[in-house]
Amino acid sequence: MPTTVSMTVNGKKVSGSVEPRTLLVQFIRETLGLTGTHVGCDTSQCGTCVVHVDGKSVKSCTMLAVQAEGSDVLTIEGLAKDGKLHPMQEAFREHHGLQCGFCTPGMVMSAVDLVKNNKNPSEHEIRDWLEGNLCRCTGYHNIVKAIAAGAKAMA
Amino acid sequence: MPEGTGIGASVRRREDGRFLTGSGTYTDDINRPGQTHAIMVRSPHAHAKIKKIDRAKTLKMPGVLAVYTGEDMKVGGLPCGWLVKNQDGSPMVEPPHPALAQDFVRHVGDIVAVVIAETKQQARDGADALGVDYGVLPAVVDTRAAVKPGAPQVWEQAKGNICYDWGLGDKAAVDAAFAKAHKVAKIDLVNNRLIPNAMEPRAAIGDFDRATGEHTLYTTSQNPHVIRLLMGAFVLSIPEAKLRVVAPDVGGGFGSKIYHYAEEAIVTWAAAQLKKPVKWTAERSESFMSDAHGRDHATHAELALDKDGKFLALKVETLANMGAYLSTFSTCVPTYLYATLLAGVYTTPAIFANVKAVFTNTVPVDAYRGAGRPEATFLLERVVDVAAREMKMDPAEIRRKNFIQPSQFPYQTPVALQYDTGNYGATLDMAMKMADYKGFAARKDASAKKGKLRGIGMACYIEACGIAPSAVVGSLGARAGLYECANVRVHPTGSVSVFTGSHAHGQGHETTFAQVVADKLGIPIEQVDIVHGDTGKIPFGMGTYGSRSIAVGGAALVKALDKIVAKGKKIAAHLMEASEKDVEFKDGKFTVAGTDKSKAFGEVALTAYVPHNYPITELEPGLEEQAFYDPLNFTYPSGCYIAEVEVDKETGSIEIARFVASDDFGKIINPMIVEGQVHGGVAQGLGQALLENCVYDKDGQLLTGSYNDYCMPRADDLPSFEVQHTDKPTPCTHNPLGVKGCGEAGAIGAPAAFMNAVCNALGVAHLDMPATSEKVWRAANAHMARAAE
Ligand code: FES
Ligand code: FES
Repeated sequence: MPTTVSMTVNGKKVSGSVEPRTLLVQFIRETLGLTGTHVGCDTSQCGTCVVHVDGKSVKSCTMLAVQAEGSDVLTIEGLAKDGKLHPMQEAFREHHGLQCGFCTPGMVMSAVDLVKNNKNPSEHEIRDWLEGNLCRCTGYHNIVKAIAAGAKAMA
Repeated sequence: MPEGTGIGASVRRREDGRFLTGSGTYTDDINRPGQTHAIMVRSPHAHAKIKKIDRAKTLKMPGVLAVYTGEDMKVGGLPCGWLVKNQDGSPMVEPPHPALAQDFVRHVGDIVAVVIAETKQQARDGADALGVDYGVLPAVVDTRAAVKPGAPQVWEQAKGNICYDWGLGDKAAVDAAFAKAHKVAKIDLVNNRLIPNAMEPRAAIGDFDRATGEHTLYTTSQNPHVIRLLMGAFVLSIPEAKLRVVAPDVGGGFGSKIYHYAEEAIVTWAAAQLKKPVKWTAERSESFMSDAHGRDHATHAELALDKDGKFLALKVETLANMGAYLSTFSTCVPTYLYATLLAGVYTTPAIFANVKAVFTNTVPVDAYRGAGRPEATFLLERVVDVAAREMKMDPAEIRRKNFIQPSQFPYQTPVALQYDTGNYGATLDMAMKMADYKGFAARKDASAKKGKLRGIGMACYIEACGIAPSAVVGSLGARAGLYECANVRVHPTGSVSVFTGSHAHGQGHETTFAQVVADKLGIPIEQVDIVHGDTGKIPFGMGTYGSRSIAVGGAALVKALDKIVAKGKKIAAHLMEASEKDVEFKDGKFTVAGTDKSKAFGEVALTAYVPHNYPITELEPGLEEQAFYDPLNFTYPSGCYIAEVEVDKETGSIEIARFVASDDFGKIINPMIVEGQVHGGVAQGLGQALLENCVYDKDGQLLTGSYNDYCMPRADDLPSFEVQHTDKPTPCTHNPLGVKGCGEAGAIGAPAAFMNAVCNALGVAHLDMPATSEKVWRAANAHMARAAE
């Protein structure tokens, strides 16, 4: 039985009809057409789908759309403000923290959440935090550098 | 490092804006009006006869539009692009490769049927309900087991499961050298099977335009024109003019998105049947059982040495697993991309390699980052370390003693290739300095005090890139040319569109190719647009793999730019009333030597399109040029990687204390991007050596079919890398940019460097990859036991 869910996504109130089994990531990609959030696995291990729900990073493939009822969701599309990249996005660009770009939205959303809780993360802490985000292109080297620089820029 | 946006500058990537804001367009982000969804029904058995497929129930389910099986889709098979011959001159066994299985399935994941419905969920429900009756047959999985007498046969026509039995080199010379050897170093090794795992799963959308009869395929491909050629000409019989293939943003490839896959043909064919777009996106578990796998060699090798440690001869026997079918490039990987590299960076005068390719009931194996060259480098650099151990020589010393010297180029190896240039001592010196090789003994002592084992290992790699001279590969069995095409369109107001046959899926061509244009035409980079990935826009192309984009695609671009400048000179000569031969072009200006006359590039472009004052009887209006570039030789990037590890004897865990890379890529367009390519390659190489392994059980079930079981390198498994380009680069001598390519080097050099370090730490001659804690623990404790004896 389809039901209606409503939530705030990137500052806008949205609602749509979903199946009880519809995942939040499907709602974001298919119903809202926000395709910046990606799907890279079916076992909740790649992190390409990370968004913020009520201020916390969440793998949007691990959550049902109906569970996000009334929540405040931020996706990669909502991170830049007034055409200006968020400092974390800017740091990824400056430090070549992305290649194919597929893991990037999840990486950036994860990184922003990390820095919210840890203003000045060490390399070790950054690598630890990224445990749930896979990247096959960069070898993580420049992602780690970008996040450290992004954290400084966010301070 | 040069400032600005020209060749040599670390220009920040122009493609990043869209990827960082979630506005990239990957295949699964595309939706066509009226689109339907396909789910592939895959075999759960490694080998079986399809007895019956009952589609009645599925067809009655809500939203289901069609079920197609091999009985419906009677089209051509997926072709293999390279014919390899046996030692006796006869051709390899080339079994059929139907898109939808015909009567038999030959690996877990083989496609039995496709269910198409209005929504993906309906298609999935329909697929779950499809009744397929299998008669299960015995399966063979393991590479070595495949050639044992009595092994189950994958193909009736391939006796003993042999696809080909191929040889390269002078066997008699090798035997003679072994007869007088002072010492022989021997090794038996497995190059572990890998699953590529680009983060974007494969996807494909077939579309059919009833009005024009045109088919369009959107697909996750590294080479859309190759897909158009293979699928159009061999599988579906659609002429090029009626088939457009679009490869939009692609989320990583590493080889796995080169090949023409069954799903592409299925959605294109089904869309024409249903007159509706048909979309398929792999779930990750499907990727594991349907993306072409990589590596999977079992090898025995022997290196003959004289009393000074000079290499006299090398002989190699390799079994290479092809899987159940021959994927597009599969057959050339363990032959022409492997055995031809067995000289490495050394003067070994005699080499003989025998490679037997075998069929098994597993997913097809094809090129994966490095393709053949990592296998060659791993084998060679391991056996050299074994030799050093037996000769009691330092690994650096034995290598240095055998290097091809800078004065010896061009250097003809005994295994077909002719290296144009290189300086192997320079990268070795640099890497040793970066790694503080001299200080290792003290660090080892410090580790020992903590109860830990410390090891250091190096690998000096060479690769053949810039694939490939068409005539050469044609004579070796390639069924295609491997040139590249570029079209440069200068617009009336002076902005430029480049249409390139190279395809970027992480490499940053929109930046590096634009740097080449900005540099050569002297115009701002903002005025340059790089277009790729659409056969409807780009004249032709062979795509991106084998580190060929800048070496072949970039060279084609330079050729086209040269033609633009040549025509521009004619126009400028007319405008400045000068002789064409006196016109010079530099920094975006046409000038007449010895005068102050000058015309900007933009003025000349405008004149070409507004030809009021124009040499119209001699010259056509417009300013657009095209070039094909077919390389004269391969390019030969090389370098030295050094790994240092610390092993915990109690747990068998390995910490990578340091990883340094010194590469020689010749000329470099964008150092930032080149370093990023090395980082990524090294991470994949370390992934292979430390963590990754594709495992089937004896019945052919894929045990490592998800991220729960297939161990991908994560951020906390890896260190930061120290990567430096050599201070004595040797630019490629035969392409106009002097470039060599850098995409695969990391994956080629890293496994051997790392495993040499692990073996050094453990004091063992050899350990197979991946160096899991269990294997390392066993080796570490055997070592302690030996020491105690
Ligand atoms: S899609 Fe992989 S973790 Fe969500
Ligand atoms: S940039 Fe390609 S997966 Fe991370």
